[in-house]
Amino acid sequence: MATIKVDGQLVEVPDYYTLMQAAEAAGAEIPRFCYHERLSVAGNCRMCLVEVKGGPPKPQASCAMSVKDLRPGPNGEPPEMFTNTPMVKKAREGVMEFLLINHPLDCPICDQGGECDLQDQAMAYGVDKNRFAENKRAVEDKYIGPLVKTSMNRCIHCTRCVRFTTEVAGIAEMGLLGRGEDAEITTYLEQALTSELQGNVIDLCPVGALTSKPYAFNARPWELVKTESVDVMDAVGSAIRVDSRGREVMRILPRINEAINEEWISDKTRFIWDGLKSQRLDRPYVRKGGKLQPASWDEALSAVATRVKKAGNKVGAIAGDLSAVEEMYALKALLASVGSGMTDVRPAMSGIDPSMPRSAYIFNPTIAGIEQADAILIIGANPRKEASLINARIRKTWRAKGLPIAVIGERADLTYDYAYLGEGFETLAELAAGKGEFARTLANAKNPLIIVGEAAVSHAKLGKQVGRDTIALAAKLASGANVAEGWNGFALLHNAASRVGGIDIGFVPHDGGVCSADQIGLAGKGELDVLFLLGADEYDMSAMGKAFVVYIGSHGDAGAHRADVILPGATYTEKSGTYVNTEGRVQVTSRAVFPPGDAKEDWAIIRALSGAMGKPLPFNSLTQLRAAIYGDFPHLARIDQIASGSAADVAKLAKAATKTKSAPFGSAVSDFYLSNPIARASAVMGECAAMAAGLRQAAE
Amino acid sequence: MLADKDRIFTNLYGQGDWTLEGARARGAWVGTKEFIDAGRDWITNEVKASGLRGRGGAGFPTALKWTFMPKVNDGRPHYLLVNADESEPGTCKDRDILRHDPHHLVEGCLLAARAMDAHLAFIYVRGEFIRERQRLEAAVEQAYEAKLIGKDNIHGWDLDIIVHHGAGAYICGEETALMESLEGKKGQPRLKPPFPAGMGVYGNPTTVNNVESIAVVPEILRRSGAWFASIGRANNTGTKLMCVSGHVNKPATFEEAMGVTFEEIIEKHCGGIRGGWDNLLAVIPGGASVPCVPGEKMRNAVMDFDGLREVGSSLGTAAVIVMDKQTDIIKAIWRLSAFYKHESCGQCTPCREGTGWMMRVMERMVEGRAQKREIDMLFEVTKQIEGHTICALGDAAAWPIQGLIRNFRHVIEERIDQYTYSSTSDGAVPSIAAE
Repeated sequence: MATIKVDGQLVEVPDYYTLMQAAEAAGAEIPRFCYHERLSVAGNCRMCLVEVKGGPPKPQASCAMSVKDLRPGPNGEPPEMFTNTPMVKKAREGVMEFLLINHPLDCPICDQGGECDLQDQAMAYGVDKNRFAENKRAVEDKYIGPLVKTSMNRCIHCTRCVRFTTEVAGIAEMGLLGRGEDAEITTYLEQALTSELQGNVIDLCPVGALTSKPYAFNARPWELVKTESVDVMDAVGSAIRVDSRGREVMRILPRINEAINEEWISDKTRFIWDGLKSQRLDRPYVRKGGKLQPASWDEALSAVATRVKKAGNKVGAIAGDLSAVEEMYALKALLASVGSGMTDVRPAMSGIDPSMPRSAYIFNPTIAGIEQADAILIIGANPRKEASLINARIRKTWRAKGLPIAVIGERADLTYDYAYLGEGFETLAELAAGKGEFARTLANAKNPLIIVGEAAVSHAKLGKQVGRDTIALAAKLASGANVAEGWNGFALLHNAASRVGGIDIGFVPHDGGVCSADQIGLAGKGELDVLFLLGADEYDMSAMGKAFVVYIGSHGDAGAHRADVILPGATYTEKSGTYVNTEGRVQVTSRAVFPPGDAKEDWAIIRALSGAMGKPLPFNSLTQLRAAIYGDFPHLARIDQIASGSAADVAKLAKAATKTKSAPFGSAVSDFYLSNPIARASAVMGECAAMAAGLRQAAE
Repeated sequence: MLADKDRIFTNLYGQGDWTLEGARARGAWVGTKEFIDAGRDWITNEVKASGLRGRGGAGFPTALKWTFMPKVNDGRPHYLLVNADESEPGTCKDRDILRHDPHHLVEGCLLAARAMDAHLAFIYVRGEFIRERQRLEAAVEQAYEAKLIGKDNIHGWDLDIIVHHGAGAYICGEETALMESLEGKKGQPRLKPPFPAGMGVYGNPTTVNNVESIAVVPEILRRSGAWFASIGRANNTGTKLMCVSGHVNKPATFEEAMGVTFEEIIEKHCGGIRGGWDNLLAVIPGGASVPCVPGEKMRNAVMDFDGLREVGSSLGTAAVIVMDKQTDIIKAIWRLSAFYKHESCGQCTPCREGTGWMMRVMERMVEGRAQKREIDMLFEVTKQIEGHTICALGDAAAWPIQGLIRNFRHVIEERIDQYTYSSTSDGAVPSIAAE
């Protein structure tokens, strides 16, 4: 610990603290542009200058100077810093003036207006007159992709974007070209950025130089209603803020959640919002004469009720990637009322068995826990596409510690160095048998992290046993002899927000039910009469034979095309839904806007259907429904917390005998930008996907 | 006046043989092994006794800088980094060392490296110095062949020398930007602290010294620190390469004792001021980045660190730029502003934005197309840059203008008056240059 006087107030701070941190500890505010907590220190904006006693006699950049760089006084007095002296005031005014002389006065047409650091700090620390009589600098705007709009006249060269892309996103594609006042931020050859985290530079940019291209000129920040919610684009469950105006979602921004996304979100999370407005199912449809015709709720519900009653217990239900716990619970109860246990939330032929303990299907070490790992093995996953923020966390750990990382499966650019071991099950089996160098690394590791991806667990063609064997071998690697007490390194990486919650509440085959692939198989053979698709679009719709398909969901995607009745539901921004992320953390979304047209919240649709069937489910409100869920599954009531799985369970899994000889592991997400119905409805995501696929050259 | 026997750079003008043979004939590489054997502390103490202050401009005591290097090696290698990126306008002293006396530098590297426990020395040569680099590389090669340096050399202190060629940016002469450039990055100064002696090239302890500071070390050790200290005034000891350019009859680079007066060096080495002493307008006594001094104050000024501080300037690199009364002093300073604007690295705000602003205001003042209140404003802008930047380039850009305003304000005001006087009723002004 070190003591330092901040504006005369004595504070004790850890000696690795910077002057800026010490000032914050003492409650003194220091303006800054280039400094950011999660990026390296650049010290180039000079806005954070302070006066020090016990150091050089000129103003010092408080973001870069550490408390221990200051010397105590001659009699051992603690060093002093001042944030409110005339010297500091003058320095700030000077820097502010320099920043503004070449900054255009286009605040009225700038999208950053109202949430601009430069605007705010100019008000607080600047002077109110202009002495600059020359012409302002003009800088050409750069093309850096379909997501980030540039207006380079406004750039103040803080290099936050450069540091973010190189450090966090792991792409060396942005930089500062030229020097002096001709220095420009660019992507060298004006290429589009290739990072799936690039949208974060919009938030990082303290001025309006980098703004959101899809959101351009759409709204002003003070017009927006801000709703704190949770993202469902992947199984990470990033904390987001949904900004809406009237009935429209205008944009999505990250919230800080140290346990999950820190303060970043992926581009899919951020730019998905135009997909919320297009391809929407806004009224019920019933197929008549081979064609879907608009219908009233009563018609649609009674059509379904009639068929379900006729079908007896030959009713199945598959939940899609975006379903909340509430609707799955309701649908499961509905099926139970006709005596069917045919429910499934897992992809086809998943190795995750309903009988397995919770630690077999969650990301046990937690996302924040990645930073404790001392060796990482990634099996059948491309975390960059499947869970961008988990990948960012791995990169962060790798940058900090340089820990050994190995991959079995797809050989992809993950933004960090790894040893590529092989592409399939054989490699995993060898590794588990202790062969190879990385096996020794894992055996010696105290905190080994074994990430098992969806692609390693679900093998539609090879059957369930492959996934089970993969889990067993991964569990064996995760429970080596040297593993530290209290560490559970078995981490299942799901790629859908609905998965863990669905498995938690038993939306898996039970009471004689069969899995999703078998349900479709039965339907194809005519042995399943009614199939509910709860937002499920990722299955083979042509294989369902003559079954009566009821699609409950929000977007006109594959499921809706096959459906015989469409019951329009709500998206995650339009309902309060419980989601359990891949760590097993329970989170709840909030309603930012209402569903369009006649669409309703999904659980309410199912409740109404049960009424039409004459077997009303025992809840009339979301509160009653939640009470029922919490009664059955108490851990779901503990919002933002994780009911952890036990390491002993993982060790037990490891004992299972394996039968598989060989199987390829790939990645479960082939196209990051088009992985769910909302994304497929989004024009922005479509453009990104096309660009990523190289179908279109970077414009301009 | 410096006696001929006290000269260190005896082949400054290249009349003799620059090669190892010639250098040896002039006394280089004599007794080097004894100095190495005497050890780190002895070398440092001797240099300390000599009172040698860094010859790169800031005048920081060289021996003191060496003592900042870790005393006990923590496992990281130590580096000596010689700054041969001599780009200050008006300065041309290191160039002559590299051309004609490169072995002083090579030998100095070995001794200085011993004094900081370094086994690797980098010499960063300015991009435009192509012949000089070739000469230096040849000298290093000769020293390797004669086993004077390198692994298992005859001196018993391993030293490798890497000559690195810069790309010609002025800012890379700043020690931390130099290290960035040496590491292959963009030449932008680093934040200090950490200082190079703690975290320098590739994160290892590094000492950056000017070519001249290192090149004089062998002679200091051979003739003793006391000898060096006996030349010049207290705290401003030794000999110094000075380069006089501008309106003198014979511009020259020469070695002279510290503490001689300006008049002496001009009369003795440069054949007097063009047009006589009455024609002297102003002098920039230490390279482009120091404030100019009016001629009348300069004539009796003492050419050393403290002497020039007394007249409101500094010795810098002892690159004296003399301007006679034909000079358009505003335009001369504007040219320097244009240089600094061009060479600003663009990293930190005050320098990036301020150098261009200052240059443009100066541009108008050259014509007189300005308001008199803008003179104060310009002065204030220089004060807003000075001391607020990461490196000293901001200060260097500010000082010439401050010197101009402090000493030649009346010239600027006259120019503005003249411009206003010449203006016509519709505002159009005939060009002053056309008159």
